[in-house]
Amino acid sequence: MAATGGPNDLSSEMELDAFRRLFPLRFHERHLTESIRPDGRPLGKARETTLALGAVASAHGSALAKIGCTTMLAAIKMEVMTPTVETPDEGGIAIDFHMPPICSPLVRPGRPAELAPVISKQLSDTILSSGMIDLKELCLVSGKAAWMAYLDIYCLDADGALFDAALLSAVAAFSHLQIPVVSLNDDGRVVLVSEDNTVAMKEKEPVNKERIKLTLNNIPFSLTCVLHKNYILADPTSEEESIMETFLTVVLDSSFQLVSLNKPGGPGLAHTSAIQDCIKLTRQRVKELQKILNEAISDMEVD
Amino acid sequence: MEVERKDGRGANQLRPMDHSRNVLNRAHGSANCSHGGTRVLAAVFGPKAGTKKNENPEKACIEVVWKPKTGQIGKPEKEFEMILKRTLQNICILTVNPNTTTSIIVQVVHDDGSLLPCAIHAACAALVDAGIPLKYLAVAISCCLTDSGQILLDPDKLEEQKMKAFVCLAFPCSVHSVLPEGSATAGGEPVAHGLITSLTQGVMTVDDYFRCLAQGRAAITPLSNILKKKLQSQSANNQSIAG
Repeated sequence: MAATGGPNDLSSEMELDAFRRLFPLRFHERHLTESIRPDGRPLGKARETTLALGAVASAHGSALAKIGCTTMLAAIKMEVMTPTVETPDEGGIAIDFHMPPICSPLVRPGRPAELAPVISKQLSDTILSSGMIDLKELCLVSGKAAWMAYLDIYCLDADGALFDAALLSAVAAFSHLQIPVVSLNDDGRVVLVSEDNTVAMKEKEPVNKERIKLTLNNIPFSLTCVLHKNYILADPTSEEESIMETFLTVVLDSSFQLVSLNKPGGPGLAHTSAIQDCIKLTRQRVKELQKILNEAISDMEVD
Repeated sequence: MEVERKDGRGANQLRPMDHSRNVLNRAHGSANCSHGGTRVLAAVFGPKAGTKKNENPEKACIEVVWKPKTGQIGKPEKEFEMILKRTLQNICILTVNPNTTTSIIVQVVHDDGSLLPCAIHAACAALVDAGIPLKYLAVAISCCLTDSGQILLDPDKLEEQKMKAFVCLAFPCSVHSVLPEGSATAGGEPVAHGLITSLTQGVMTVDDYFRCLAQGRAAITPLSNILKKKLQSQSANNQSIAG
């Protein structure tokens, strides 16, 4: 590291770890002036992202997403329900985000994390308003039966950019989702057809002929950026989030339409140029994530 | 092409606003704010000693409690709490009262659209009433994008439900400041053009978002003047009573 700084620059006289703990903000700013981050990334680069589909065998669709150390496990369970009177030919999606105490030292057992319901609400807003899933596809018998998709996302390790990882795992779980076969039984109720009694299935004529996949259009992807002075740090770790508290989350869909631009306050202000830069970074990130998702899907099909 | 609005307003016309401060007797600061039919009551208690767990004790801690008009607190209320808390963290000078907690209780009296801006104004006025040190006031506005791409400011509940997309923005109010001259610009833009809070819902193009941003920015100058005038006239009244 270059020897710069004024007379009260203690970084050359102190041990690195001590400096990092005692003056976290200065430690980070020192890095920023060199256009690098403590973990060796350039400012605009996101952490390494991996995606594994089908992580939960008992669920109808599931995925495990990792962005750096942040880990999210998403699983979808399908259930048959009666659609509402207002929308007789639409199914439903219920999204819940959980932060168990395992994910972070800040979450205590018995006390739900403050952030969990907020992220949960943002996820359902984003997924439902993006039009990724046509709810009409979840209809079985108009006015009588439709699918309810229960999507549960568990945060296993919270190391910053929780929303990004949660959205990625949710989207991946939906692309892995296979809707099970159901048939009408003698009482006129919709029941699941288990795989081993295919004979029974032939007799009773299933409502949907085979396991189908949902068609996903305009898949949303997101990027969280930390704004600090004139610097923009893409995909912050939890340390960076706790020290530089202003962040901005941009969600773009695959055709680069803006699904959400969320800046929930914070000590800093976002100027137009910074917002534009964040959107630019998100565009690049959308391309990366799309590639990662497509690779994960094609890997799955090979198996 | 002009879109007809139910209540006969123009696209850029806001609903009548009203503020009153010091409406509650026991609270350290309180305010009542209404935008058309939307009405929010805010109370401030504090600063009280000590911060909550997991908060930085070197700064003042802000706690927001959001009470809906009816029913239990759900996810939307939690989200509003978080947004309002972080918005207020932006406008408060947190280093003046370190290791204290200031509670802001927001009670929704009636929701007729643009709820968050109304709550932000009410919370700001209540903080002023309580004498909590602020950097500036926050001015908030919400806008809607119609299917034809037109922007409507300050939508009511019905308009909010019908629209393609919805944007809620909060800006700092321009200051006659105690700050030294020159610090009022950052990165070539005046501070008042910086965005404190942005919340969007629904799909729109990036250009549409920036159009909303420009439209919102244009509307906040008159809005902040009204806000300041209301606060000033009331403090003058209070002084005359005290004197």
